[in-house]
Amino acid sequence: MNEGRREFLQMSGHLLWLTGAAALAYDYVLAGEPEAAPNYKVTEHWWAMIIDVEKCIGCGNCVRACKEENDVPREPFYFRTWVERYHLPEGDLEHPVVDSPNGGYDGFPEKYREGDGSKNFFVPKLCNQCAHSPCVQVCPVGATFESPDGTVLVDKDYCLGCRYCVQACPYGCRFIDPRTNTVDKCNLCYHRITKGLTTACCEACPTGSRQLGDLKNPKDPIHEFLRTHKVQVLKPHMATGSKAYYNGLDGSVR
Amino acid sequence: MEGLLHGVEGFMYPNEVELQWSVLIVLYPFLTGLVAGAFILASLEKVFRVEAVKPTYRLALLTALAFLLVAPLPLQLHLGHPERSLEMFVTPHTSSAMAMFGFIYVWYLMAVLVLEIWLEYRKDIVLAARASTGWKQRFYRILALGSDNLSAGALRADDTTSWVVSLVGIPSAFLLHGYVGFIFGSVKANPWWSTPLMPIVFLFSAMVSGIAIVLLLYMLATWLRGRLIDMACVDTIGRYLLYAFVIDFSLEMLDLIHRIYEADESFKTLDFMVHTRLYTLQVIIQIVLGTLVPIALLALALVVKLSDRARVGVYVVAALLTLMGIFAMRWNVVIGGQLFSKSFLGYTTYKMSFATREGLLPAIGLLLLPFAVLWGLMKLLPPWPEPRPETETIASA
Amino acid sequence: MGRPFGDREHLVRVALLFAGGFAVFLLLRALLVPEGFGVYGHFRVAALDANRQRPLVYAGRSACAECHSEEADLLRSGKHARVGCEACHGALARHAEDPAAQKAVRPDSRSVCLVCHEANRAKPAGFPKVVVADHAPQGSCADCHRPHAPTPQ
Repeated sequence: MNEGRREFLQMSGHLLWLTGAAALAYDYVLAGEPEAAPNYKVTEHWWAMIIDVEKCIGCGNCVRACKEENDVPREPFYFRTWVERYHLPEGDLEHPVVDSPNGGYDGFPEKYREGDGSKNFFVPKLCNQCAHSPCVQVCPVGATFESPDGTVLVDKDYCLGCRYCVQACPYGCRFIDPRTNTVDKCNLCYHRITKGLTTACCEACPTGSRQLGDLKNPKDPIHEFLRTHKVQVLKPHMATGSKAYYNGLDGSVR
Repeated sequence: MEGLLHGVEGFMYPNEVELQWSVLIVLYPFLTGLVAGAFILASLEKVFRVEAVKPTYRLALLTALAFLLVAPLPLQLHLGHPERSLEMFVTPHTSSAMAMFGFIYVWYLMAVLVLEIWLEYRKDIVLAARASTGWKQRFYRILALGSDNLSAGALRADDTTSWVVSLVGIPSAFLLHGYVGFIFGSVKANPWWSTPLMPIVFLFSAMVSGIAIVLLLYMLATWLRGRLIDMACVDTIGRYLLYAFVIDFSLEMLDLIHRIYEADESFKTLDFMVHTRLYTLQVIIQIVLGTLVPIALLALALVVKLSDRARVGVYVVAALLTLMGIFAMRWNVVIGGQLFSKSFLGYTTYKMSFATREGLLPAIGLLLLPFAVLWGLMKLLPPWPEPRPETETIASA
Repeated sequence: MGRPFGDREHLVRVALLFAGGFAVFLLLRALLVPEGFGVYGHFRVAALDANRQRPLVYAGRSACAECHSEEADLLRSGKHARVGCEACHGALARHAEDPAAQKAVRPDSRSVCLVCHEANRAKPAGFPKVVVADHAPQGSCADCHRPHAPTPQ
């Protein structure tokens, strides 16, 4: 066989193989375009949240903003985010008195007297976007999952409403939306952060207590913050890989 | 629904106030437990050759099938989207115990129970096919898979295969109900559920409930047929019920003692719950009336010489109390596990509705349905074919 | 004419039935797995899109500054630098899209200001708070404070 023919055959073979690979890739392309937002690439982000307990004033802006942005049912049983008020009687870390009237949606009416020696503070709560999420682990069908950019999301069109994930979340951040009978929870305003905006709760927070962070962005202030502050996650013994970092978290917080 | 807030004592995370899993999810492990237990009783005869319980062999198999067929229904009623439930078979998440359970269910139903029943009844089905005409004959022919072979060789092949299926069936039954226990026991977020003992406790309480229900159904069916109860049979079953009970109770006490001794962060809140909201159901109904009293009664029947009538009475009472106790155990695990907050700072209440999808009415209906199914199965595949003169057994007095 | 499996023939039928059923199951599974499943993990890729599909309700502070640069500059100069526009003015994404479609309303200062500044034991020590009944029993907060750069006049 002469050289020209061999070259031709080799080239055709390569082309054929490439076509096959291209066809496969095109299938994936057709299957969904997560990179639809022109500049957003899932692999370039790793989302986290900083909550500075020392700055939270319990105004409830975050709770209201979240419910409005994400169309969360207004009844007091459904919260993507909520604020808790802690009241520790003098010298007693073990028996905090905690309340969260309507999740903090209407603020916190004053309940405690001056000068009783107690320690009081607010703690905002939300989905911790766990990297080793127990809720994702138990979903029987893959209707909740960890996205490649570090958020835990829900596939509303696939969810069975079995509620196993609600049982498995140690932080109580999931609920069943009574209108769709599927599970719902904070998804870090995925529709906003993929457009370069911040979450609704961070947008509405007047004191900067809540701050979205992108751990893959070297210029993000979260790196400096984590370096210079003593932060904790909730329920560390559960090893959930929680990415909600709390500054100034008191030991009594559940 | 706002009334739910009034039932909250202390602090619950706002999303926790409403319970997620209702009485239907209590019913589900109760039903699958009966399946596993009934099958274990049947395998006592087949694999371990305990001849005395032979009269209950077919009944136990049919009971298991009736309850297994009904078992998915409470789950379907509970799901937010039951029409999507097949997703569990199409894209099962292998890390999810719930997803894997779907396959275990199908395996157990087809490769163990249905196969076992078919092998046991094949001779009767073929005889029925030969003896009937028209569509009935066609029906039995299909049921026999077109086979007409009743030679000694064929029947021996049936027996051997049946023995193997039963042998495989025992770990399968353990898996069937142990898995349900694992579904709860593997949830690290819930300290009332999270323990490695959970699958084993569920399994042994399943055996207890399954043995009790077969015992009860056998005595009831025999009485309805106007026959004499085989006392050697029920005495043996009563003994095995006692053994299973002792193991079950020991396991539950082990869990309790362990919790009290270690007294970890969840202990105070759970302890308080058991002493208040769960007291009647846990201590009175499950432990005292549902476990200790039946154990005492069964031990009594074993140790003291009682008349046949007295023993039958003891067994009926013990079996009924057992079933009530095991149902209470399921309730205390499922509902109890949702009554306290994961913050360990508060409690909520379970408001069971009546005539809604997840209310008491459908629960009662689903509890009764298996008996209707069993009645149908017994008509189709009679457990005790009418005795012909040469094979009639005389019940011992 | 001997049958191939003799006395075990009916068992072979059972085995074939089971094998057939299993094959049907595998076929159905292959047909029914949703599009785009398993590309990034055990979920449908389309779900990532679905989570992005929500319309904006809050515009975000940079959107406001595009038209209201004066107020934005004033805000940046004072103590409310960190407070977003919509924290007080409410969600205004539709207004940012088309000012005619949604009017921005000047909030009632007593209700908006007090949400943050009314004294409460649980608020952090350094945060400016007043017991409004003592501080200013009547009138609007804006009478003395400029909301965008709140120093008393």
